[in-house]
Order: sequence, then structure tokens, then C-alpha cells
Amino acid sequence: MINTFVGNLGHFAVVLAFVSAILTAYAYYRFSIASELEKPSWQKFSRTVFYVHALSSVTIAFALFEIIYNHRFEYFYAYSHSSKALPVHYMISSFWEGQEGAFILWIFWNMVLGLILIRTNKAWEGPVMIVFALVQAFLVSMILGVVIGDLKIGSSPFMLLRDVSNAPIFQINPDFVPADGTGLNPLLQNIWMVIHPPTLFLGYASTLVPFAFLMAGLATKKYSEWIRPALPWAIFSAMILGMGIIMGAYWAYVTLNFGGYWNWDPVENAVYVPWLILVASIHTMITFKKSSTALKTSIVLVISTFILVLYATFLVRSGVLGDASVHSFTDLGLSGQLLIYMLFFLFAAVFLAAKSWKHIPTSEREASVYSREFWIFIGATTLALMAFQVILPTSIPVFNAIVEMFGGISNMAPPADQVGFYTKFQLWFAVILALLTAVGQFFWWNKMDGKTLKEALTVPYIITILLTAIIIVLAKVYDIRFMVIVLAGVFTIVANSTILIKILRKSSFKLAGGSLAHIGLGMILIGIMFSSGYSEVISTNLSGLTYKREWEDDLNKQNVLLWVNKPTQMKDYDVVYRGRHKKVVGVPGYVRVNKLQTTDDVNVAIALEDISAKGKVYHQKGDKVNLVLEENSYFEIEYYQDDEYKFTLFPMSQPNPTMGLISSPDSKRFLSKDLYTHISAINDYEDPEWKEDEWYEISPGEQVFISDFVTNFEGGEVITEVEGFELEEGDIAVKAKLIVLDNDIRKPLEPIFLIRGSQVGRIPVIDNDLGVKVTLENILPEENKFVFKVNRYQKDYVVMKAMVKPHINILWAGTIIMLFGFSVAIYRRYDEFSKMRDKGLE
Amino acid sequence: MKKGHIIGIGIIAVAILIIISSIGDASTYESFSTAKALAVKGDSKAIHVVGELKKDAYGRVVGLQVEEDKTSFIFTMVDNDGIEQQVYYNEPVPADFVRTEQIVVIGSFKSEEMFVADKILMKCPSKYQETEVQSAGM
Repeated sequence: MINTFVGNLGHFAVVLAFVSAILTAYAYYRFSIASELEKPSWQKFSRTVFYVHALSSVTIAFALFEIIYNHRFEYFYAYSHSSKALPVHYMISSFWEGQEGAFILWIFWNMVLGLILIRTNKAWEGPVMIVFALVQAFLVSMILGVVIGDLKIGSSPFMLLRDVSNAPIFQINPDFVPADGTGLNPLLQNIWMVIHPPTLFLGYASTLVPFAFLMAGLATKKYSEWIRPALPWAIFSAMILGMGIIMGAYWAYVTLNFGGYWNWDPVENAVYVPWLILVASIHTMITFKKSSTALKTSIVLVISTFILVLYATFLVRSGVLGDASVHSFTDLGLSGQLLIYMLFFLFAAVFLAAKSWKHIPTSEREASVYSREFWIFIGATTLALMAFQVILPTSIPVFNAIVEMFGGISNMAPPADQVGFYTKFQLWFAVILALLTAVGQFFWWNKMDGKTLKEALTVPYIITILLTAIIIVLAKVYDIRFMVIVLAGVFTIVANSTILIKILRKSSFKLAGGSLAHIGLGMILIGIMFSSGYSEVISTNLSGLTYKREWEDDLNKQNVLLWVNKPTQMKDYDVVYRGRHKKVVGVPGYVRVNKLQTTDDVNVAIALEDISAKGKVYHQKGDKVNLVLEENSYFEIEYYQDDEYKFTLFPMSQPNPTMGLISSPDSKRFLSKDLYTHISAINDYEDPEWKEDEWYEISPGEQVFISDFVTNFEGGEVITEVEGFELEEGDIAVKAKLIVLDNDIRKPLEPIFLIRGSQVGRIPVIDNDLGVKVTLENILPEENKFVFKVNRYQKDYVVMKAMVKPHINILWAGTIIMLFGFSVAIYRRYDEFSKMRDKGLE
Repeated sequence: MKKGHIIGIGIIAVAILIIISSIGDASTYESFSTAKALAVKGDSKAIHVVGELKKDAYGRVVGLQVEEDKTSFIFTMVDNDGIEQQVYYNEPVPADFVRTEQIVVIGSFKSEEMFVADKILMKCPSKYQETEVQSAGM
């Protein structure tokens, strides 16, 4: 039965949210220009309308989640983004897998931020909320789903499948509801994908706050006062956005097969660029608070941040990237709307800024080389250049689109080697930044001239040189470029630590945000240098290829083929593939597939043997057990070093009907490095093509080669019970015992031969690991021989890649310290703002 | 000259450097014939070629040879001008490879006959375009 109520409720809430957003903007506008006498009533009205907007935003989110949670596959969104097999926490990921859900998430965060701003601001409420409400109106319009003639406004998540699909089934039966959805992209079935998008979108949403304060300041002629309330939010935004980026990087590192945490993909670049500009704007805003310079720069940077966030959204969601990105969204026909959204705020912001440009106070004083303003300015410029260097090539598809729009032909493509191309600039910019933060912090806290600078820097300099020398020798960093990076990173850490110690001794901890964040930067730089610069593929093929073709000369085989149970040599390790496993609900670790018999039900299997882990039996033979996502197989890879067992990894792989082989790596984590193992190809043994019959006549005790395996025939035995078969009086059942030797594994294979009256039955054994099927065809008692039929397929195998990433933990630790530094700074700046507000000054 | 001017000139210089390097390092979309012409001229820069896999009359992919150790393979691709070309890729065959509708190879000619791809982008039947609804479980 089709449930149309939830969809209608959701759609109604979308329309209400849209109308109430526009009304909020209008009401707050009237509030802002109203006389003191009328202000309270306009304020009350504006707030009420915004609360209605807030309530309808929550209803939209609720309605969509209800559809996914209750498996209402009559709705397109649930059908195409979820399935019955999904556990609840992945249903949350389904919610934002589609673009519409992502927009809802964004709307939701903006709404929450709006409520907070209403509660925490006095004088700023009116003008700030106008900007908020307008942004909300644009965002809600993306999911409006209204069609006027040929014009489609927004794409509604509440469409019924029958209205979207033109499958013939709907002509026969309009009330048809599919039994199951097509499921969630397996790459998103990861705990990081549950928390990464909300974080990123909170980051996106929060860039609106400083922008809204700036717009409010320009419109109400408070050209510089907007900085105080905007600053804590700008830092908050940078922290959350930074956290979102790091989570995305970490997710890519633990689930994706690119083999790294950062790939310079256009989608990644689209978030990185606004973050850089945001960080630059924080620095210039802080400078302004200290010394009344750099106000104009701050204004330009705050506007750029917000517009770049919209530009990023446009790039990712308009489909313009097309082939250029591995994970951009397909076009939902929103590109025009997104473009209008971006251009509206671009022109509004430029207009307001241009109008008040000549009133904006500037400082005539030329900044001296020994002033902190000078160093901060150079730092902000470096950040802006970094952003420019990334956004320019990322926009090549946009450039092509524009050229083609005017009838031209452009065959420009993004750089073929993205990582190499971006790294070559970004790394050196980052080195400059690291050096600037080290020197800049000294200027920040002390009055400096040439002499005092020299004195202040001497000790950190000496410590840096010593530490760098030690690291270079111990870690064998012999590449001159990497030496420079280590030097810059260590210098930042040492110089900022010196400052940190001074701050902790002399004043309060809440001033330490800057030095902490900069220490984090130094560690990130060193971590990236080691983990990427010294990342090494260790699965190079050592099998000794007999011949090489000319084009293969400079290519390294980065994958190895592992036959099941056969030890294969890699650089420092010998590895053995031991077969496939599944995850069973409630059982720690993994369970071998040969212990499980699949059923027709989703995620349900029957235990063929007792399932135990760590000495405890979890399931008895014959029990029904629940699998965690049955499509996922875990491949057991044992690592040996000098013939000694070291550890086992279980990289995951899933043959997905729509997306091909989806693999997630597994890593062995050492303190100083990660060993990363990833499956590139697997043997598809679901429906094997058995080769022609091979016949063996053997007596008990004999040894033969079956499918190249040494096999001992131990003998036959009459049995009284046959599994899955009722034996009757007079039936004879014989089981033959074959032991197959495969490297260090002894595998018993026991085919069964049945006689009932004049009929015979045969129960063959299939071993997927070995890729053989053995049938006991006949027994010849007079010759004491057993006749076996053998069919071969292929031994099970995996093709895998293994990589070592040294010192990646320094990178993760650095990011945590940096985020902690941001938090301290937020606390300090918010404290300043709330004190001023409570004095009645804001 | 004031210090501000020097810095300004410095910034512009770096920006120009960035633009030049972006244009210089930007790859291009080519056909196999223009790609070969580039290679003959000695230009070994990686380029993009868009095309399809070669298929027989029944729509089956032909010309796919997987190496014995399964870690690399050779396939036949037809570019948008209809030119056939053998392409070598130093990675295992991606699982959905034969189902791909459009393929972009990024690489260059390493010999007269062989185009070596450093990277392959595949456009597979997208789930958004999928209009076929499984009719099981009615």
C-alpha cells in the first residue's frame, strides 16, 4: 500500500519553510527600519515566523528520515538510497547520500545557527537574520520541486517512485511497491560517513555567520564593529570545516582504494580552498582587533570565503566536473539555480562593500618589517596564493563549459598527475607558512627590532637545528626537499612551543590557541612529508617476470597475486592468503565462509559448524545467524617475517552489481607507521564454470594428484547419518575420506555415495578455496577401488596491494592539536564578545 | 619605491607563475591519432582520450587480454573518431570494466603500437539513470 501522507507532509513542510524564510527576511527588514516604539512587536513577529521556519525545517528532516527508516520504497529517495539490509546508523548515511538530503542537512544547520544568533545577540539580530533568512530561502528552493511550465525549481526528495521511473510495471499496477531498495553506496557504509557530512555541512553553514555579520555591518554603517561578534564564529567555522576535511581525509584513508588520505580531487579541493581563505580572514581580523589595520582585506576575505563555499557547492553539485572527479554528484538540473544563488550573494556583497568602501577606515601608516601586521599580511597573502593555485586548475571544466557556451571548443583537461602537480606548489607554500608562523608569533607577543628578534630567535633556532639533524639522521631523510620540510616543521613547533611556555607561565591558557594551532601545523607538515614522501608500495612483484615488454620498463608492478595458502614473498614480509570470512552479528572477529550456508533471506545464514571465538561458542551447528552486510567479504591475509608469524589483516571487498568491486583496506597500525593492505581483484566463484570431468580409480591408502594437489585417500566408511537426508531401513551410505594437501594445509574432503534399492545417489563436495568438486561416482568392492570424478575450476586467489605509510600518526596528532588550538581561540574570542555585549556595547 | 609596491609586484609575479604552470601542466583531450602525432614529436606528456571499449556484433567486449599474474591487462579501445587502439594498464582489471559505457584513459604512447594508461576513468550505467525497477516481490 502506498503511503502518500508522509510525502505530502514533507512537501508541505518544504513549501512552508520556503514561504516562512522569505517572510522572515521581510519581517526582520521591517524590524530593522521600524521606530523604537514599533520594534518590540516587529521583533516578536519576526521571531515567530522564524520559529515556524525552524519547525518546518525539522519536519522536512523528520519526514525524509521516516521514509527511509520505515522502508517506504514507494518513494524514489528511499528506493535509490537505502535497502532493508541496512542497520540504523547507515540509514542516517542514506539520508544524506542524495543531494536533496545534503541540502536538508545544510538547511537544518543554518536554522540551528539562526536560533543561536537570536539568543546570543542584541543589536545585531535584525540585519543578521535578514541575510540568514535569504540564504535559507535559496537553500529551501533547491528541494522545492515545483514545476512551472518548462521551469523546474528544485528537486524534491518526496517524489514517488512511479512519478520518477517510467518502468512499465507502473502502467500495469500504479500501486506497485518494490520489495527492496537499491541500497546505499557501499563506500558510504562506514562510521565516518555517518559523522563526516554533518560536520562538513556545519562548517559550510557556519561560514554564513561571519558573512552575515559583515553584511549587517556594511548595511548599518558599523564598518568595523562587526568584527568582534564575527571573529569567534569565523574561528568556529574554520575549526568545524577543518574537522570535516580531516574526517573526510581519514575516511578516504580507511575506506577508499586511492591509497591515501588526500588525492587533490576537485571535490576535495572545493572544500580546501574556502578553508584556506577562511583561515587567512581570521588572521587579518585578529590583526584588525589589535591595531586597526587590514579591515578592507578582512572584508574581502570574509566575502570570498562565503562565495567560495557557494562556488564549491556549484562545482560539486552542478555536474560541471563530469569526468574530472571520481565522486561528484550527477546533475539534478539545479545548476542554473545554484548559479543564481551564488551570483545573487556575490553581487549583493560586492555592491554593499563598494558602496561603503570609501567610508571604511584605513590606516595610512606603512607597516614596518618589524611589525606583526607585516608578517600576518604576508601569511594571509601566502594562504590566498595557495587557494588561487588550487582553484585555478580545478576550474578548468568550468572554463571549458564557458568556452563551449560561446560556441568555442576547448580541449583543456585537468593535470594528468594531480598529486604531483598540486604538491609541487602547496608543499613550498606550506613551508613558507610554517616559517612565517614561527617568526610571526614572536612579533605578535613582543615589540621587536632587529636586535631583539635575533636574541629571541637564537635559542629556538639552535634547538631546531639540533632536532632537525637528529630526525634526518634517525629517519634517514636524505632528500634535500624533505630536509627543508623537516626543518620548517620543526622550527614552527619549537618556536611556537617557546611562546606557549611563555604564555602558560605569564598569563592565562586561553591566549594559547594560536601557538597550539601553529604547533599542529608543524606536525601536520612533518606527518605529510613522511607518510606521503616515504610512502612505499611493498607489494612489488618479486616473482621474477621472465620477459618484459618495452613499455613496461619504467612500470613497477604494484600488485601481487596470492593463491590461497601459498606463501608469497613481498619486500619485508611473506604473506599468505587464507580464505574468505564474513562478519556475524554478536561474534567478535570474523567467521570463515565455509562455516556458513547462505539462505534466501537477506543477511541470514545457517551455521554449518559451531561458531566460536576466543574459546567461547557463540552459535551451535544448525543455528540461524545474522550476518553484518552479507555482500562484504573479508580476506584473511597472514603476514610473516623471517618465517615467524606476525599478524593478520582482513581487508574487505564487495562485488557490487552497480559499482563493480568495492574494496576497503585494512591496516596494521604501528606507532611509527601504518601497513596498509588493499584488495584490487578477487576470484568470482559464485557461479563457477567447471572444467571437464577427470576420473580417478584409487584404493585406500593410495596417493594421487588431484588438480595438482597431493591427495591421500584414507579409505571409505559406512555411515549411519547423512546430513540433510533421511536414511531409511536398508539404505547404504558410504563416505570416502580424502585428505588434500595444499602447502601447509591438510584439507579433508568427504564425498558420499548412497544406495537405496537399485538407485544410487551421490553427494559431491565442493571446495571453493581449492576450486575443486569431487564426486564419489562408484565403488568397486571386488577390486577394492573407489571411482572419483573431479572437476576443476580455479584455486581461490586475491590480487592485493600493500603500502607502508611511515609516521602517519604525527599527521593525525597534529590535526588534533590544531583543532584544540582553534577551540581555545573560540573560547577566548567569544568571551571578549559576550563581555562587550553584556556591557551593552553591542 | 615603497615596500608595498615591491610586495605587490612579488604577489603578481607569483600569481603569473601559478597561471603559467597551470596552463603548462594542464592536460588535453586528444584522439589517438593526435596523441600518436604528439608522441612521434617526442612529447611524452600524459593526455586524456575519451572512447569506448571495442565490442563485437553481440555487444561483447573483445580484445581483453589479462596477464597471467592478473596484475595488468591490455584492452582495445575505440576513440570518438572511431580509431582502434590497444591500451595497456598496469593494474588488475576493475570488476565492472566490461560494463563501462564510456571510458577515459589518461596516459601516453610508449611505443608505436601501445598506449600505456596511467589512470582510467569509467562512466558506468549510473543508478540515477536506472529506470528498470526490479519487479520481484509484487
